Amino acid sequence: MSAVETPGPKQGPKIVTSRFGLRESWTLASYLDNGGYEGLRRALAMTPEEVHQAALASSILGRGGAGFDAGRKWGMLRKAEPVYLVVNGDESEPATFKDHALVEGDPHQLIEGSVICAYAIGAAQVFIFVRGEMALAQERLQAALNEAYEHGAVGANILGSGFSVDIVVHPGAGAYICGEETALLESLEGKRGFPRIKPPYYPAAIGLYGAPTVVNNVETLSNLPWVMCNGSDAFSALGDGRSRGTKILALSGHVRRPGNYEIEFAKVSFRELIYDPALGGGVRHDRDLKAFIPGGVSAPWFGPQHLDLSLSNEVIAQAGSMAGSGAVTVMDETTCVVRAVWRITRFFHRESCGQCTPCREGSGWVEKVMRRIEDGEGREADLELLMDICDNIVPGVSWPPAQTTICVLGPSIPSSVASGIRTFRDEFLEHIRLGHCPFPPDRLRESPAYA
Amino acid sequence: MGLSQDNLVRARRLIALYPHKRSALIPVLHLLQEQEGYLSPDGIEDVAALLELTPAEVRGTASFYDMFHLEPVGRYLVAVCTNIACMLQGAYELLDHIEESLGVHPGGTTADGTFTLEDAECLALCGNAPCVTVNWRFFGNMTPESWDALAEDLRAGRLDAEVPPHGTLSRVQRSVGLPAGAPEARPPSKQRRAVKKAVTNSPPAAIDAAGQPVALGTSRTTPAVASTLLIDAPPAPEENGR
Repeated sequence: MSAVETPGPKQGPKIVTSRFGLRESWTLASYLDNGGYEGLRRALAMTPEEVHQAALASSILGRGGAGFDAGRKWGMLRKAEPVYLVVNGDESEPATFKDHALVEGDPHQLIEGSVICAYAIGAAQVFIFVRGEMALAQERLQAALNEAYEHGAVGANILGSGFSVDIVVHPGAGAYICGEETALLESLEGKRGFPRIKPPYYPAAIGLYGAPTVVNNVETLSNLPWVMCNGSDAFSALGDGRSRGTKILALSGHVRRPGNYEIEFAKVSFRELIYDPALGGGVRHDRDLKAFIPGGVSAPWFGPQHLDLSLSNEVIAQAGSMAGSGAVTVMDETTCVVRAVWRITRFFHRESCGQCTPCREGSGWVEKVMRRIEDGEGREADLELLMDICDNIVPGVSWPPAQTTICVLGPSIPSSVASGIRTFRDEFLEHIRLGHCPFPPDRLRESPAYA
Repeated sequence: MGLSQDNLVRARRLIALYPHKRSALIPVLHLLQEQEGYLSPDGIEDVAALLELTPAEVRGTASFYDMFHLEPVGRYLVAVCTNIACMLQGAYELLDHIEESLGVHPGGTTADGTFTLEDAECLALCGNAPCVTVNWRFFGNMTPESWDALAEDLRAGRLDAEVPPHGTLSRVQRSVGLPAGAPEARPPSKQRRAVKKAVTNSPPAAIDAAGQPVALGTSRTTPAVASTLLIDAPPAPEENGR
């Protein structure tokens, strides 16, 4: 049903999902039968500097949400020993489910990518931080790691090269904020997941245990074996501008075919992603599209007028939102915007770590006001109140957001609230005027579970 | 009850994986939760002693994380995702049904101690919305009917192969690559032969704490990549277990 990866007319070569669909794709036997660990062999035949140059030439933008160039990140490392590589597999941005699929479906690819990165940056120790709730992903990754050690692809003297690195699979314990890299490092140090005060801005200077650390996303590193096998030219021949290679889009909501789709970066429009029969397959029941979220719930929303924008980090940023984690959530005409915004603000309220006042207090306040509007108990002044609270979290309610907090969780709160009020003001007012929600509840009967 | 002797050994192995002891806190707490189903006060004392922390520091860290329970929970922890992608597909209607069928609200445990219900944030299975997890094993495309069937199967113990008891996060043990000096992660000798037989000619990649092989294919749970379903699904326990 979902996670169907039928090649569509607009899909380029598959880089990170090429083994999805293979029988027991998580095993070493399957991986080796399908080109596994060949990229590592090639990387180890090069110097670490050459591997770093190949990453730089590929322009691999970080696939976790911020879109920071991976090769540049590696180049920012403070010169000191030891150097750590920490893999961010704490995927928790609502509606994002690509890393979950990558770790569960192709764990060896992640291990191979991690070893290649460790070689390039000179790390002797890798920690793969996997979101706690993904139990099967942790089991398959640990089993794959056991096999990889036996195979000689991890551990001492890897594939006879003289290079050694240890990898530890580290489970999270349920906290959205640990996806923020400095909170993740705190959590990995055995503490509460509180984001660290900046500066220092980058763990490359002061990271895990105060040592220089690279934190890369699962999808980012999963690209490396392919880059080593096919060359940075082949990678950067795909895509456009700074958005090179491919990107997994995690498509959810009111489409006929929700799922993960790997597409060529910057070459597919939202219209194609949502309506192409080989991709989203269109809005359910051929209804009209009301709005969509282009990059996870932290991103400002788009409407039908944005459908022809291409899925590229730069294009989406120019249009006033962000590609973020690659999670695209579609809402049809029957969606209650007030309810959707309320649910998103409830999420931020629950997940705020509580360090900074604008986020801790603002998220709860916004959620309460949104809830009373949805329940028909709102007042007209609430719209102004909401924008005022948002202005206290993000001065000017601008995008990209001005920051009053340690991390970007707080500044993400106004995105959906401001999108809702600015674009669907009448809908908010109707809730208030009628004294109840004018939309029917979201129906299970209409979900793909009944298709 | 504090950590068992076996789990003390496992905890020391986990600690040996990190350059700083405290980094093992969360993995060791998962181990305690696997043993007790929750973080018992005695267990917290043991963990604190192992890591040279105070019980308050351990509790203070544990309480930050949603997955750790400081009070006992049911045999099955049912987390219903109600975040945006699942909500749009009717997750609240599903939650209403589950609340009614169990007779508890989110946060509550059924009188017989079988189920604890939670209203969860996004669980990262949005392509199969609405989804629930039971002891962190995924079930996608849920309907009221499929929940009823699932609850019955859980009560009857028919899903034990894929849904281990609450607290068991990863059944697969790290078996290699331990730093020098760390105790060897080997199954007890009695079980070694059985293991060898089960994994014929391949290294024992997926072995649980008791040395038994762990099946990583899925037949009833929903994998994140639908196509990684094990084609030759193991026979359902009702066929070989009765």
